[in-house]
Amino acid sequence: MIDLNPVSPCAGLLPIKIGALRLTEAEAGTITSLSPYKGREDTLSDALKAAHGMAFPAPNRTTGKDGSRAIWFGLRQALLLGPVPDAALAKHAALTDQSDGWSVVRLSGPGAADVLARLVPLDLRDGHFRNGHTARTDLMHMAASLTRISADSWQIMVFRSFAQTLAHDLKTAMQGVAARGGV
Amino acid sequence: MRITCPICGARDRREFTYMGDAVALERPEKGAAPEAWDDYLHNRDNPAGETRDLWYHESGCAAWIVVTRNTVTHEVYRTELASQVHEAQP
Repeated sequence: MIDLNPVSPCAGLLPIKIGALRLTEAEAGTITSLSPYKGREDTLSDALKAAHGMAFPAPNRTTGKDGSRAIWFGLRQALLLGPVPDAALAKHAALTDQSDGWSVVRLSGPGAADVLARLVPLDLRDGHFRNGHTARTDLMHMAASLTRISADSWQIMVFRSFAQTLAHDLKTAMQGVAARGGV
Repeated sequence: MRITCPICGARDRREFTYMGDAVALERPEKGAAPEAWDDYLHNRDNPAGETRDLWYHESGCAAWIVVTRNTVTHEVYRTELASQVHEAQP
């Protein structure tokens, strides 16, 4: 019998450590997209609170916590990261399993925002992009989801097939920041 | 150029894709004269001044946006969700 072993998107690519900056693959658990049916946004949010203890996130925001988090992911869409979605959610939204579709990495350390500033066209300053904020944007030329986990820790998601490019682009930017700033 | 997405806020132009004149939202009634369909499908003004375009927030929230802007000064007057503009029509 053939024995199949699951391989994570960034297997063999990460971790990368440059100076005090670290790039690691995140254990995202189950990833499910939640797309509320028309007019069901509020009932979906209530069901999400009852089942998983978090509301449906507003645009550019997240709810929940590490290991069980909802990330706003576009117009009338959010991603649930971590838990297997409760069956009750299916009454209010289209649920799609995307667990194998995304590379999820975490960039952390002093100067992490400076690394990202080389790659994304967003205002990442503390006063503007706070902890728990999220954005869909371009990272180099890849469609990405960027979430601030804490002051010096960011979660980055791109399509699984871009994992190698993501690791390369982030490594280059990390080297640039480390070389200039001595972090 | 920066475009203010009604959902995401002010974002860099590279996140958006130009999708043509906003006249595309004003589809002629069924049975309209051929001239009306000709205008709808093919004929576009090319003004030096105010234009109304559709932009797609491709790398952002995926909303279609009606952008009213000036091609001479590059000023963006306002942005609206295309879905709301469309539903507001009689």
